[in-house]
Amino acid sequence: MSILVDADSRVLVQGITGTEGSFHTRQCIDYGTKVVAGVTPGKGGQTFDDTVPVFNTVAEAQTETDADVSLIFVPPMFAADAIKEAAAAGVRLALCITEGIPALDMVEALAYCLDRGTRVIGPNCPGVISPGKCKAGIMPGFVHEQGIVGVISRSGTLTYEAVDQLTRVGLGQSTSVGIGGDPVNGTSFRDCLEMFAEDEETKGVVLIGEIGGSAEEEAAEYLADDYPLPVVAFIAGRSAPPGKRMGHAGAIIAGGKGTADEKMRVLSEAGATVVESPSVIGDAMTEILGGD
Amino acid sequence: MKLHEYQSKALLRQYGIPVPDSEVVEGVDAAVVAAANLAEKGYTRFAVKAQVHAGGRGKGGGIKLADSPNEAGELTGAMLGSQLVTPQTGPEGVPIRKVLIEGGADIANELYLGITIDRSKKRPVIIASTEGGIEIEEVAANEPEKIHNEWIKPGWGLETFEAAGVAYALELEGKTHRAAIPIIRKLAEMFVDLSASLVEINPLIVTDDGNVVALDAKINIDDNVLFRRPDLEAMRDHSEEDELEIAAAEHSLSYISLEGTVGCMVNGAGLAMATMDEILLAGGTPANFLDVGGGASVERVAAAFQILMQAPALNSVLINIFGGIVRCDRVAKGIIEALQTVEVTTPVTVRLQGTNAEEGRKLLQESSLEFIVAATLDEAARKAVEAGR
Repeated sequence: MSILVDADSRVLVQGITGTEGSFHTRQCIDYGTKVVAGVTPGKGGQTFDDTVPVFNTVAEAQTETDADVSLIFVPPMFAADAIKEAAAAGVRLALCITEGIPALDMVEALAYCLDRGTRVIGPNCPGVISPGKCKAGIMPGFVHEQGIVGVISRSGTLTYEAVDQLTRVGLGQSTSVGIGGDPVNGTSFRDCLEMFAEDEETKGVVLIGEIGGSAEEEAAEYLADDYPLPVVAFIAGRSAPPGKRMGHAGAIIAGGKGTADEKMRVLSEAGATVVESPSVIGDAMTEILGGD
Repeated sequence: MKLHEYQSKALLRQYGIPVPDSEVVEGVDAAVVAAANLAEKGYTRFAVKAQVHAGGRGKGGGIKLADSPNEAGELTGAMLGSQLVTPQTGPEGVPIRKVLIEGGADIANELYLGITIDRSKKRPVIIASTEGGIEIEEVAANEPEKIHNEWIKPGWGLETFEAAGVAYALELEGKTHRAAIPIIRKLAEMFVDLSASLVEINPLIVTDDGNVVALDAKINIDDNVLFRRPDLEAMRDHSEEDELEIAAAEHSLSYISLEGTVGCMVNGAGLAMATMDEILLAGGTPANFLDVGGGASVERVAAAFQILMQAPALNSVLINIFGGIVRCDRVAKGIIEALQTVEVTTPVTVRLQGTNAEEGRKLLQESSLEFIVAATLDEAARKAVEAGR
């Protein structure tokens, strides 16, 4: 098992003919992901790399190929609309990689998706990978290995760090989810913790948070209520000054709220093993679960 | 992007929200004329308000009251060109370049009205309190029961009955209650129209004759909306921003100046923060936050390097790239190209991992330049801190 995506997931790519879209579609296909369709308005009828049919609309692509997951590489100006289009076409899961979408565009898109039962991951995220089964995102596939640890993170590259260590210590990953660095996103730490708790393959969870907002505090509240799996947590941004947005639109300490120290404190009180350096995430999880 | 008070009030005026008459000036003579104009309209007192992006202006002496146009001029003269130190600026303060001359109001009651995005409910939230004129964070910490929230439904906006509820929560009655309803609705409409991340009226005052007026105003615009709002982008005041941060933004780089000695170039905001944290753990101090971002071209990485080199206390550079959307060979090309055009006086520690990392490392090794190479993040941080000593 795994969460969100597995070997049966049928992925369509919105923005498949763009620079990043085409590069990462190839990487996903090479990994073994079933990329069944692409969507680029005006390029319907073409075939991407002689293998993937391209459609003008998500509705057409979904009807013709029965895709259930959409991977979105559409530029910020059109990305919220692309997410809504995926939901309108009945896609189960929309993974939005795009960075720079206005927060209020996302507010509207998420309300639209909620009405239609489509789960959104991101935006401003690396996507989701269930190693050995399906890579629907921009993460480097080769650092991952099928295994027993679920990973949830607001970051991209910092997630790869943690994943790389879990692979090196032999624990691997059941699924790694990048929930994104924006203030308004589709899926929270808490949502993913719930899904991992239900997943038989997952024996432990790594949670990688950062300054800003209260998603980690909400996760801690949920963990405190007898969460069944061990959790190792790291929070980025202890060295960040207040009032400054640290790259991610959501990473800002405002009015004394959202500091790394506070998040570390509540996660620790909720029973998570909180590490001070991301370099020891793999070792900390090994200590709890036992290595090879 | 932060707006000045005078810009925020111009927007409030456009939406029909009452604000006192005022004029922004950059000189003493203009200040006297502005106050004299206000006197003709019947104002007898004049507020002189420093226009800087930092909050807490009142505590730092950035808001003064004058009883005559000449006094307004004197106060303006003292403010312009001076440094304003507030609890939010740091000890060196920020220069005052503009002041707002505003007609003084009779204050019967000070309230708070703000809108921001509730990240966990995923919609805008109105924050209203009877405790105006002090920082809302203070109210939230000490008297949370005095804060009233109303959420704005995506796609619907704020209904009249909801605005009326907010006005009741502000303990307004009769004529004043009726006056507040359209103000609250217009503010909600404005928040959405502008794609703001914050609008704050603190204080929203009730005057002696029962009118409701925005005495101060603060608006922050979502940076992500500026690409389609040139009208708002035009309101940006570059003089209020860090020079290196502006230069970085021109290359679509995310950069924040800090006070330490180890310069960082990292891809991804989370990893960049973690790299800074790791430098602290290794006994050093980060000179900056710098995310070269997704899709980094050779030009962008080279630009990043040039910006990094200008940090005043720099004694070492740490480049930490974990390749996902950024391919390490591209980054390596950028590093090599940059080092051919930028004079680098500090040691450079490089760690590449992920997509095309091997190609990237090969490019670095085949170049004639000297790098300290590290395999892991903690090793990279240790080596970079040591190299700077």
